[in-house]
Amino acid sequence: MTSPTGFQMNKPVLAIEGLTVSFDGFKAVDDLNLYIDRNEVRVVIGPNGAGKTTVLDLICGKTRATGGSIQFKDRELTKMNEYDIVRAGVGRKFQTPSIYDNLSVFENLEMSFPAGRSVFGALFFKRTQAVLERVNQVAADIFLGDLLQQQAGLLSHGQKQWLEIGMLLMQDPELLMLDEPVAGMSVSERAQTADLLNRISQGRSVLVIEHDMEFVKSIAHKVTVLHQGKVLAEGSMESVQNNPKVIEVYLGH
Amino acid sequence: MNALNKMLGGRQGVVGLLILATLILVVFPLTLDAFRLNMVGKYLTYAFVAVGLVLCWGYGGILSLGQGVFFGLGGYCMAMFLKLEASDPESTKIQSTPGIPDFMDWNQITELPWLWVPFHSFTFTVMAVIVLPVLLALIIGVALFRRRVGDVYFSIVTQAIALILTVLIIGQQGLTGGINGITDLKTLLGWDIRSDSARLLLYFINAGLLFGCILFGKFILNSKLGRLLMAMRDKEERVRFSGYDVAAFKVFVYCVAACFSAIGGAMFALQVGFMSPSFVGIVPSIEMVIFAAVGGRMSLLGAVYGSLLVNYGKTYFSESFPELWLYLMGGLFIAVVMYFPNGLAGLWESHGRKWLSGVTRKPATVIASPAPGITPTPALADKKAASPLEIQP
Repeated sequence: MTSPTGFQMNKPVLAIEGLTVSFDGFKAVDDLNLYIDRNEVRVVIGPNGAGKTTVLDLICGKTRATGGSIQFKDRELTKMNEYDIVRAGVGRKFQTPSIYDNLSVFENLEMSFPAGRSVFGALFFKRTQAVLERVNQVAADIFLGDLLQQQAGLLSHGQKQWLEIGMLLMQDPELLMLDEPVAGMSVSERAQTADLLNRISQGRSVLVIEHDMEFVKSIAHKVTVLHQGKVLAEGSMESVQNNPKVIEVYLGH
Repeated sequence: MNALNKMLGGRQGVVGLLILATLILVVFPLTLDAFRLNMVGKYLTYAFVAVGLVLCWGYGGILSLGQGVFFGLGGYCMAMFLKLEASDPESTKIQSTPGIPDFMDWNQITELPWLWVPFHSFTFTVMAVIVLPVLLALIIGVALFRRRVGDVYFSIVTQAIALILTVLIIGQQGLTGGINGITDLKTLLGWDIRSDSARLLLYFINAGLLFGCILFGKFILNSKLGRLLMAMRDKEERVRFSGYDVAAFKVFVYCVAACFSAIGGAMFALQVGFMSPSFVGIVPSIEMVIFAAVGGRMSLLGAVYGSLLVNYGKTYFSESFPELWLYLMGGLFIAVVMYFPNGLAGLWESHGRKWLSGVTRKPATVIASPAPGITPTPALADKKAASPLEIQP
């Protein structure tokens, strides 16, 4: 874990400025500004169609911005390849669990180990002690330590969500982006996931999209409310919950 | 040794490989006459294509319906060399221009085209057999995969390329021999390839090369690259957002498949003694996919069996009921796709192995993957979890 110095503390790890994307004239994200600090857990909430997932798509390069900039550690992400963005230290979990059904839990995790990423690197990749240790450690973190040889497609829904989080942890990203990590989980699984997130957010920044307010309360340092591609409110969970505009468009009376 | 064992796929993999090797290297040469053995040799040249398709289609999810292009390119390169050797001034002295291939003379060509000149050299030819098809695959692959053209669109483009090359070959009659192809191939570096002894030797060289390709395929599949191919087939986005350049991996496996096909094509020209556009176009390309599908698109060895069986069936039925063959072939493909998506190898995995273990009364100790719906008991899972901890020194 790197201990941030005072100088770095003031500089956000991710700075999104004037970000705009339009799909055939419809502005899904409209002149958005968003700053995420080191070691911060930020939760983005908002009604359906607010542009939450689109923001993640823009950061990780899946969707190209129409305008604006995304600075990650002083690197401009809007011009970079998807795989270069990942290698720069941005990890992203998709809304539906995206895992490799036909591979084992072990192989799923190993696949995300940041080595042997070129064609010939992969061809001559060796399972070293370092790889084994990392896989075992991450598997234990995500509650799957006993299921390493299980075929991933046979895991329960919640376990699949954890596995995908584990695949991101293998990359040891500085910015971890999670799209609805507790969707479809049971109450006890949600509690476990909150615990997991609080543990893995040490030493990195986490950006989470979530609808479950109980879960949001248990993890968020700061909450951003998106509405029609713009920031409607930002601040602590409490201040956001009491914001009349937020109650109007999202939380309800 | 341990690493080698792992590469071959453990005990089961070695046994499977040995059975196939015995069949091809011992049983066929001992039981078949020279004519039939040469025929099997011809079938095995298609197996190169099918093995390539297992890698690129079965594991990589890239369905190429134009592998005949690479088979053809490899075959034409070899045929051009052999044709030049067969067209020495002595044996072509009745032509108006002696020393050039006969079909050129018939097309009023009086000088050897520049394209043919380098094929006087055997070294150049052997290199061209590999390099030209791989280069073409590289260009097609980079052009399409970089633009994220995939699935059925990719298949359609490969069909178009197969059609284009066929039309080109047929149209450029003076350069390529047109629809008849390049025929009357006689000697390789002065060695008569039409004699029985030569054909026997070529059969073994062909089989050796095929096993080389299978082993290389196994090496790829057992590396991390093999698992990546499956991962890409399942969840391409996840692989891309795990930091991999997905297109580069697709281009690689497509080039490997092209290389295998080209070797098959060159061996075809050597063993059969001619090459023609009828092995390049859409129909042969689709037939080659059927060989892989019937054998099992997830099995390198299955692809060889598929090529042998379908071609044997083709020869048998087209000798006895020529008009029925195409319907049978179509029906076979539909049946495989609908009922046995993993082909013969899949049937063997699900039924044959059980039957065999029943016969030998040995309990099946190795279970490749747990059956769907069955969760291993914790004890079993623990035991299995221990296996990746083995480290090869």
